Amino acid sequence: MPLLRITSPHAHGPMSTSRVMQHVLLATVPGIIVLTHFFGFGTLVNILWGGIVALACEALALALRGRPLAFYLKDYSALVTSTLLCIALPPYAPWWLIAIGVASSVLLAKHLYGGLGYNPFNPAMVGYVVLLISFPVQMTAWAPPRGLGEVPGLFEALLACFSPASFDAVTMATPLDVLKQNNSLLLEDLWQENPQFGRWGGIGWEWASLAFLAGGLWLLYQRIFTWHAPVAMLVAITAMAGMFYDNGSSASGGSPLFHLLSGATIFGAFFIVTDPVSSAVSTRGKLIYGAMIGALVYIIRVRGNYPDAVAFAVLIANFTAPFIDYYTQPRTYGHARKGDS
Amino acid sequence: MLADYSILLIGAILVNNFVLVQFLGLCPFMGVSNKLETAMGMSMATTFVLTLASACSYLTYNYLLLPLGLSYLKTISFILVIAVVVQFTEMVVRKSSPLLHRVLGVYLPLITTNCAVLGVALLNINQNHNFMQSLFYGFGAAVGFSLVLVLFAAMRERLAVADVPMPFKGAAIGMVTAGLMSLAFMGFAGLV
Repeated sequence: MPLLRITSPHAHGPMSTSRVMQHVLLATVPGIIVLTHFFGFGTLVNILWGGIVALACEALALALRGRPLAFYLKDYSALVTSTLLCIALPPYAPWWLIAIGVASSVLLAKHLYGGLGYNPFNPAMVGYVVLLISFPVQMTAWAPPRGLGEVPGLFEALLACFSPASFDAVTMATPLDVLKQNNSLLLEDLWQENPQFGRWGGIGWEWASLAFLAGGLWLLYQRIFTWHAPVAMLVAITAMAGMFYDNGSSASGGSPLFHLLSGATIFGAFFIVTDPVSSAVSTRGKLIYGAMIGALVYIIRVRGNYPDAVAFAVLIANFTAPFIDYYTQPRTYGHARKGDS
Repeated sequence: MLADYSILLIGAILVNNFVLVQFLGLCPFMGVSNKLETAMGMSMATTFVLTLASACSYLTYNYLLLPLGLSYLKTISFILVIAVVVQFTEMVVRKSSPLLHRVLGVYLPLITTNCAVLGVALLNINQNHNFMQSLFYGFGAAVGFSLVLVLFAAMRERLAVADVPMPFKGAAIGMVTAGLMSLAFMGFAGLV
């Protein structure tokens, strides 16, 4: 094997793995603040407990494989995975639910495949789907937003997490749930009869989405990822929703704006779809990959059994990513274009 | 009419995918998915045979076994029919198109013992499909099988260079991946 010799000048990229991960963590802060404002301390408790479990799982896997602990624990990747998963989990989830989810993310989806950089599936979304299929009741129990119910304080949030039996959970169907169950009301009446709906999406959800959008745009500005996949996903979901929107009959799937600002659309577009490991790599590939997720999210939301579908859509698209990459390899410089002789 | 057939196709390809939801045809799924090119050849051959075999088994059942009152023999006669169809196809292809034979030839005998082929034939009878429905269901099953086989092969090429822990190398991580893919495909539940 020939040794690769590169002569000077050498440019040093300032972005190490841990810097990138720190940026992602920072970018989730506005969204977490808004979620905490509307739904109480549940999300924060989720994130803290999930982070502890994630670091423990990471340390366990590294110890079993005989890898240096300090080096890999300092790259923040386990914390990013657990934080993204815990944002997606319902607030006031019991401790074992979070532990199982985080453990399947870190151990099953990441370390079985060789750790950071090798996982073919997005770890956070694997954890989410495992939980959604195994514990559907706990996973669909969302707290009511501020203004529609009591928002528990920090102590109650801790109680809900670590002693679930002694906490009276108040739950409310999310706007996407309500839309899914609806089969007789015009959308306008549905909006009036159910207090969950806000100006564009659901109360609380729309502002959380906008906060995640701000964080995502900051990441984009920092060049953590390129615009292709998120934009393709948002355009695809808007196009699908626009195409099948009939101004609000009972069979309608909801307006494009509603789909953009409900559930995990924005959060998924900027924090999940942009995962550099499990997504497609080439520019054209990213566009196809993002568009596929957007289309799948709409189809499963409106037609499938699940009210929100970002996790499923991302996993299915992860599955196709190597194939997309195989057929969208960019032309190497100096080689002829297809058709040229 | 057209909508019925497209529902049948989407159902067979995505919602009730033969490999990831019904767990049929797992042996070629694990065995022939190491390289993308072989997976492509296998999927083309399977599509051809599955469509043909579901038509032939339908004809056998409705025009031979039912009139004679021998429907309890359906499993064994379907195996026979499938073997004959595959063997016959191989002979025809070898004589008529050596090129196609080179592409598909190796895989044809493998498909004879593929449980997905027998599964489609039996499911067609169970679900009371008519001739055209059987044909479409067989084709849809084959397309679904091909889709996940090809995607899985592309993924396994990537897994082959991943730093997988020693005990999980090879088929083990392949099974784990197939399991995760099966989880992802549960998202299609309820589409039709």
